[in-house]
Amino acid sequence: MAENKSYYNPEDLKKFGKVTEFQEEMGKKFFDYYGSVFKEGALTAREKALIALAVSHTVQCPYCIDAYSSDCLEKGADEEQMMEAVHVAVAIRGGASLVHGTQMMNKVKDLTM
Amino acid sequence: MKTATLSLQKRGNKLASPSAQVDFLSHTSIGDSFEEKLQNTGIFPLTATGVDIFQVNVGKMCNQVCKHCHVDAGPDRKEIMTRETMQLCLDALKGTDIPTVDLTGGAPEMNPNFRWFVEELTAMGKHVLVRCNLTIILANPKYHDLPEFFKKHQVEVVSSLPYFTARRTDAQRGEGVFERSIKALQMLNEVGYGKEGSGLTLNLVYNPTGSFLPGDQAGLETEFKRRLKTYDIEFNNLFAITNLPVSRFLEYLVDNDQYESYMEKLVNAFNPAAAMGVMCRNTLSIGWDGYLYDCDFNQMLDLKLEPNAPNHIKNFDLGKINNREIVINQHCFGCTAGAGSSCGGETA
Repeated sequence: MAENKSYYNPEDLKKFGKVTEFQEEMGKKFFDYYGSVFKEGALTAREKALIALAVSHTVQCPYCIDAYSSDCLEKGADEEQMMEAVHVAVAIRGGASLVHGTQMMNKVKDLTM
Repeated sequence: MKTATLSLQKRGNKLASPSAQVDFLSHTSIGDSFEEKLQNTGIFPLTATGVDIFQVNVGKMCNQVCKHCHVDAGPDRKEIMTRETMQLCLDALKGTDIPTVDLTGGAPEMNPNFRWFVEELTAMGKHVLVRCNLTIILANPKYHDLPEFFKKHQVEVVSSLPYFTARRTDAQRGEGVFERSIKALQMLNEVGYGKEGSGLTLNLVYNPTGSFLPGDQAGLETEFKRRLKTYDIEFNNLFAITNLPVSRFLEYLVDNDQYESYMEKLVNAFNPAAAMGVMCRNTLSIGWDGYLYDCDFNQMLDLKLEPNAPNHIKNFDLGKINNREIVINQHCFGCTAGAGSSCGGETA
C-alpha cells in the first residue's frame, strides 16, 4: 500500500459509509441515526446544516467542514450566514476558555491579600 | 472570477462547437454511461409520453452573458427565428391540442417578431410561458412596457434569479444584474404578477451559482420568499434547476478543474424516479432555425430527434413525435440527479 502523505485525504470522505466494513451493526445504527438527525424537523434542514458547519469548526474536522460547506450552499445558505455560524462556534470556544478565568480569579483572590 | 462579456463562439473557444462538447462528454467516463445507468434500472430506451410543452427557442441573442449559459447566448449572437419559421410553428400547433407554448432564448423578447408570435399563440388559445431574464425589461425603453404586454396576454412569466444576494447573482449573470432584476421584479409585481388572486403567474428559477447541486426546492422557495420580502417582492413558485455540463457551464467546470467532481456528484445522485419524470418525455424543443430536439440542452449539443421522427418543423408529424425514443448522452445525468431537474423544477 502506498504511504499516505497526510493523515487527511479528501478522497477518504467518500469512504465514510464503508466504516461498516469493520463493525456493521454499530455503523449501520450510526448512519440510520445520522440520517434521522438531519431530516427536516422542528429545525429546517438548512438550519441543521449551519449548526453542523459550526460544530465542524469546533471539532476541527476537515471532512465535516468540506461536507457541510457544500451542504450549506446546496440548502441555500449565504456566505454571511455561514461565517456567522463559524463565529458562533468561535465565540463559544473562546468563551469556554474565558469563563474559566473566573476560576483563576477565585484562586488568585484566595492566595493574595 | 471575471465575468466573460463574449460568447464562446465569439471568443473562438473550442467548446463553442456542439460536436466538440459531445465528444468531450462522451470520452470522459465517470463510472457507468447514462445509457448503462438507464439499462441497469430497466428504463432504457427512454421514450416520449406525448407533447404537453412546445418549447420554442426564438434565438440566441441576449443582453446578458451569464457564466453558466447552456445556449452560449449573448449580444454577439445573431441567430434568431424568422417570422416564416414562427409561422411554421403556428401551422404545426393548429391541428393539435398541445396546451402550452414555452418561449425561450437568449432573451426571447429581443426577437423583433416576439410580440406578434405571442399574440398569434394566445389567439389560438395556447397557454404561453416566457422565460424572461428580467433585465431585458430595463435594457431599453422599448421593453419597459413588457409587464403590461405580458399581462394583456396572460403570459406566464418564468424568470431566472439564481440567488437572493447581489454577490452570487452578479458573479453568475454579470455586474449589476441583481439590482436590475429586483427592479424588474418590482415592475412585474406592480401590474399584478405574483400577487395572490391576480391570476398572473410569476415563477422564479433558482440554479446553483457554482459546481454544487440544488437542495430541496420547497426549502429554497421558503428562504427566497423570506429574503425577497425585504425588497417587497412576491412570486408564486420557485423552480430549482440543476446546471448541466453544457456550453459555458461546461467551460466553467473545465477551467476550474471541477468537471470530474461535478460529474461524479451527478452520477452518484442518479435517481430512477427523476429519470422517469424527465421533461424531454413530454416536451418538443424547436430551434431558432426550425430543427427539432428532445430538449433545449440537446438542441445546443445539436442532438436532433431520433431518425424515425421528423427533424424539422416543416415536416411536423405529432404521431411520429409522440412515439419517438429520446436521444441521450452524458449531460442527461444533470436532469436525473437527486430530486430531478426540468424547466419546471424538480421531477421526482
